[in-house]
Amino acid sequence: MSQFRGRRILAGAMTLIAAAALAGCGSKTSDEKSTAGVSADVSGDTVKVGLLNSLSGTMAISEVTVRDSIMLAVEEINAGGGVLGKKIVPVGEDGGSDWPTFAEKAEKLISQDRVAAVFGCWTSASRKAVKPVFEKNKALLFYPVQYEGLEQSPYIFYTGATTNQQIVPGLDYLKAQGKKSVYLVGSDYVFPRTANKIIKAYAAANGMTVLGEDYAPLGSTEFGTIVNKVRSSKADAVFNTLNGDSNVAFFKEYTSAGLTAASMPVVSVSIAEEEVKGIGTQYLKDQLTAWNYYQTTPGAANQKFVAAYKAKYGADKPTSDPMEAAYVAVHLWKSMVEKAGTFEVEKVRTASGGITYDAPEGLVTVDGPTQHIAKTARIGKVGGDGLITEVWNSGKPITPDPYLKSYPWASGLS
Amino acid sequence: MTVLFGQLFTGISIGAVLLLIALGLALTFGQMNVINMAHGEFIMAGAYTTYVLQQTVTAAGWSLLVALPVAFAVAGTMGVLLEVLLIRRLYARPLDTLLVTWGVSLMLQQLARDVFGSPNVQTRAPALLTGNVSLPGGLTVANNRLFILALALAAVLALTLALRLTPLGRRIRAVVQNRDLAAVSGIPTARVDRTTFFIGSGLAGVAGVALTLLGPIGPTMGTNLIIDAFLVVVVGGIGQLKGSVIVAFALGVLQATGEYLTTLSVAKVIVFVAIVAFLQWRPQGLFTLRTRSLA
Repeated sequence: MSQFRGRRILAGAMTLIAAAALAGCGSKTSDEKSTAGVSADVSGDTVKVGLLNSLSGTMAISEVTVRDSIMLAVEEINAGGGVLGKKIVPVGEDGGSDWPTFAEKAEKLISQDRVAAVFGCWTSASRKAVKPVFEKNKALLFYPVQYEGLEQSPYIFYTGATTNQQIVPGLDYLKAQGKKSVYLVGSDYVFPRTANKIIKAYAAANGMTVLGEDYAPLGSTEFGTIVNKVRSSKADAVFNTLNGDSNVAFFKEYTSAGLTAASMPVVSVSIAEEEVKGIGTQYLKDQLTAWNYYQTTPGAANQKFVAAYKAKYGADKPTSDPMEAAYVAVHLWKSMVEKAGTFEVEKVRTASGGITYDAPEGLVTVDGPTQHIAKTARIGKVGGDGLITEVWNSGKPITPDPYLKSYPWASGLS
Repeated sequence: MTVLFGQLFTGISIGAVLLLIALGLALTFGQMNVINMAHGEFIMAGAYTTYVLQQTVTAAGWSLLVALPVAFAVAGTMGVLLEVLLIRRLYARPLDTLLVTWGVSLMLQQLARDVFGSPNVQTRAPALLTGNVSLPGGLTVANNRLFILALALAAVLALTLALRLTPLGRRIRAVVQNRDLAAVSGIPTARVDRTTFFIGSGLAGVAGVALTLLGPIGPTMGTNLIIDAFLVVVVGGIGQLKGSVIVAFALGVLQATGEYLTTLSVAKVIVFVAIVAFLQWRPQGLFTLRTRSLA
């Protein structure tokens, strides 16, 4: 047999694989009728809601916990009699950490299952992928994760933080600590890139220097060079917008290089209690996080939430910010529907403004015009027990400002 | 200067990882010309073996040491099963081998998902391997990277010696150079194939153990590695170990340098462009096996 024969076949196979991967990345052409607007099926004594999270792939480490938390809220609401007298039936789909899959599954939930609302998505890339689907069908998505702002879809409610409720307070905290230079490390997709644009604008206006920025593809586990660059930059702090389990590889490498929270603190915006457990406390001790909720946040509402969660999923399961935001999202949706007196999307949207909920993170209020919620910013420090304790908070809920209109330095961003 | 050495070491350690994942393939693909798309899943099997052992042998250091031979055996056995059940029946049909092993790789991924769950898992590294060695001039070298480098070099050395000095190695080389002639000389080629496949797949398992020190363990980790592994073997030249060794380190250093000067994504592009250019110049790879066969 020719020595090249096997290789030529291999080359063909690799091309096939690459082509398949590329096809997956391409935009999905849809032949659905436009602007039809599928209405939810509420004919029986139940109402369906969609749960759209990655249960497999690189994002599963984070998104599975969000799914669990949504299920808890659904159960609580059903135990209390449901919404408008109808029991909620959750319909779960796996987004598989793959953005076109998210769009397909969203379409399926809306058109086939005819759900009244969908809860889920984690990465901004997945949200951007499903956004046109929800807008075309005039269906509702509740998005429970902090994100990069600069977005305001009429069919999405954002229950996680926008930038002025998380990243800006995080930078304010670094500035107050006397940190003059930062290094930016992030995953290579829309959230970290936009977040870093905002951070650079903030730094320019506040006398901070950005010594470098680096991006790794989602799922990347090779951080030797990036950590080397970070180390030689001698920055005062690192601002980390890595997502998923790239964080595991990054912090292993970071610790191996001899960098610590004392020598060069890292502020992370996508590492919550669940991820701390996954990465390993020994790599994260004393590093900083910026969120709106921690398991340790005081208050009766949080005690109840934590107790209920642990009773359902096990005492060793921590609660985290996105889980809390997802839990809050379901309860907020219930209040909106009840105030509107109907599941009709347009009426639910109109009714949403000003709705408050005594959430585990404290009182939250839906901001009608932006469909974001006002929430308190909290900076935390990772403890040896894997929990995060608050070291600073904003004192009161911060009004969401997704386009950063109230910040003069952000005028150049779009 | 410190940065330069740091980068050089990073490149070498990327090369060591590439070498480990490609070494087994250099045997099964390079020597036997079998396109085994499930090779990445044998790496995954090795990584999960480490994870399982850590649940039973709790001391991280011991579990890692125990994992090396156990992962070799587990992945090797999987390789032999694959060879006996499927590949052996398809030696004359390389395209079918490719499709069948790809199917097997998908099945193994799903199996891992069913057994260990979809979310990736992590292992704890022994304390000895989490630190770093400080060299003069502010240079630090991570212990886990040193360990992987040592492991890769040890594996290459062991394999080279085995191929050169042992009777089994001679038989493997004989079969690679001319299967028919080896068969008429009385070498049981079927058994040699099986042994070669055991060693090649076992080495994938060892690579899996090493990878647990760097990142998470997940059902799809194999797919991310298989292309890199094939690249190393193809560029290195079929049928030669030394080609794979040189190419693995060269690609590692190229990747690290490119990444330092530009960004990670651009560095990947640079590496691919370099490979394409190289194969235009030397389509047979860095080294070729010289035989008297007319094929």
